[in-house]
Amino acid sequence: MRVCVVGAGSIGSLFAAHLATVTDVLVLTRRPEHARALNDHGLQVSGRHDFTVRVTAAADARDLPDFDLGILATKANGVDAAASELGGRFPEATLMTVQNGLGAEEIVRTHGEWPLISGVTFMSGTKHTDAHVEYILDTPTWIGPYGDTPFERVEAVARLLVDSGLKAEALPDLRPAQWSKLIFNATVNGVAALTGLPHDAHFAAEGELADLGHLVHELVEEGRRVAAAAGVELHDDPWEMNVLATKRGSAHYPSMLEDVEARRPTEVELINGALVREAARHGVEAPLQTAIYRLVKAREASYS
Amino acid sequence: MRVCVVGCGAVGSLFAANLAQLDDVEVWAYDLAYSHVDAINRTGLRLSGAGDVTGHPRATADASELPACDFGIVATKAMHTSAAIAATAHAFADGCVATVQNGLGNEEAIAEHVPRVIRGTTFPAGKIVAPGHVQWDVKGETTFGPFEPKPAPPEEVARLADACTRGGMPANAVADARGPQWRKVIFNASTNPIGALTGLTHGRVCDDPPLRALVSALVDEGKSVASAQGIELDADPEDLIDHAARPDVAYDHKASMLQDVEARRPTEIDYLNGGIVRFGDEHGVPTPHNRAIWSLVRGLERSW
Repeated sequence: MRVCVVGAGSIGSLFAAHLATVTDVLVLTRRPEHARALNDHGLQVSGRHDFTVRVTAAADARDLPDFDLGILATKANGVDAAASELGGRFPEATLMTVQNGLGAEEIVRTHGEWPLISGVTFMSGTKHTDAHVEYILDTPTWIGPYGDTPFERVEAVARLLVDSGLKAEALPDLRPAQWSKLIFNATVNGVAALTGLPHDAHFAAEGELADLGHLVHELVEEGRRVAAAAGVELHDDPWEMNVLATKRGSAHYPSMLEDVEARRPTEVELINGALVREAARHGVEAPLQTAIYRLVKAREASYS
Repeated sequence: MRVCVVGCGAVGSLFAANLAQLDDVEVWAYDLAYSHVDAINRTGLRLSGAGDVTGHPRATADASELPACDFGIVATKAMHTSAAIAATAHAFADGCVATVQNGLGNEEAIAEHVPRVIRGTTFPAGKIVAPGHVQWDVKGETTFGPFEPKPAPPEEVARLADACTRGGMPANAVADARGPQWRKVIFNASTNPIGALTGLTHGRVCDDPPLRALVSALVDEGKSVASAQGIELDADPEDLIDHAARPDVAYDHKASMLQDVEARRPTEIDYLNGGIVRFGDEHGVPTPHNRAIWSLVRGLERSW
């Protein structure tokens, strides 16, 4: 199975490097110099695993041979451009999305009829250079069929990921996992972006009246009500995910916080926006999630 | 009569310099900033801008130097009220103490230390540009009324208002000063933290309809808490917010809380949204948006 990873940030680099130990891997980057660095130096993994592999990289989809599986690992707001690059090509490929939030599959669908696999990943890494990624959390990636994609194909992809040294599981219905992460991200990333706090003990503190844990709890409860109205039974309790993560010791900087500090566009539309739109679609009130969404949008507007 | 301004920052300086113009009023200024105190004693307290005035109050950073006074005017930031009044209370054993501070809870803190308290709300504003020199940005009215749990006699409230008016700071004495106070608190609590969290000026907050809706949600909660206490607002905060958003009024104004956040100074959030939440809890009025905003700004302060 030949794999093409589209977008080599930390998650894309982790997929590409591991898969390249068991199969033929292509990497499609946005920047030509990024592709050149990968072709010249290979891709190095440090941290939980330690190896360097060869990959074939290009910055233009026209330079890529056919492949069987495409993993779209761009940020949520890069999916549209990435899928449009692939549009009209690679008719035999199955494409997999692993973005935060909801709606990446629908965006890809507007660019072609490829069978799709939905993914949600909890692994994390830090990219040190274009050709070097540190593998930090080896938490799993869950994948499931989107639309008519046969489950056997999903299971084959999960087996390939496991063979490559990553943790992965195929689930017949991904929505419970996807929604758990959606609620977790909408809450934690939004609050982090607005307060400037990394995901630390403040997010679980409920001692005093104004402690942030109360707000985090309320935001999670609103998310839960939206999920229930959408008919999704959550795979994990987002509040427990929050508490657990703050106990890990090293405070994680959510990407939305990094984005606002660097005054870059954030993933707020596909995360918080998606949750607020689902609430409206199912007729559920989500006033505080709505407030967080509006505040982060306004923060983005303040860049200019 | 003898008046001591407690906390001679921008607003305190407006009162001290103007009152010092009157022959029948002896003015003292208590402040902990030695450079400001020294400059006032050396060359006087100068106001420029909306009015050009130089007054010669006696300034001190040593509360034990204060003689017995007829009136105190507390003008510190709200988080310093308790410490400031505890240090100076001996001077007001036979006098009355007014607050002209922002937020809720200042009267209560003052009443823990002195017998007669005056509730006050003031709209003039300025900033310290150098020790002994304050830029007077905006003129405006002040309202004084007795603080019911430990009220000053109405004739004393009237005497203070009369002196301020004659000195150039127009002031009204009323029976119930809560209306203007809550109008200002609701205005500040509904707009200042939104500027602080998003980085947007007042006008841009109001230009963004979803964000303006969040402001209205905060205003509505504040109005409900005021109304549960039988307080009649003397003007609709919504009208003031729209008025301030006009290009010729305060479109480009950065809320003082945004200035605090940019300078990483503690904000008055506990006395604004925190005050609305506490009074709401006492009167059984839910304040979810104010509570959320309170937690977010507290989180922001903790990220420094």
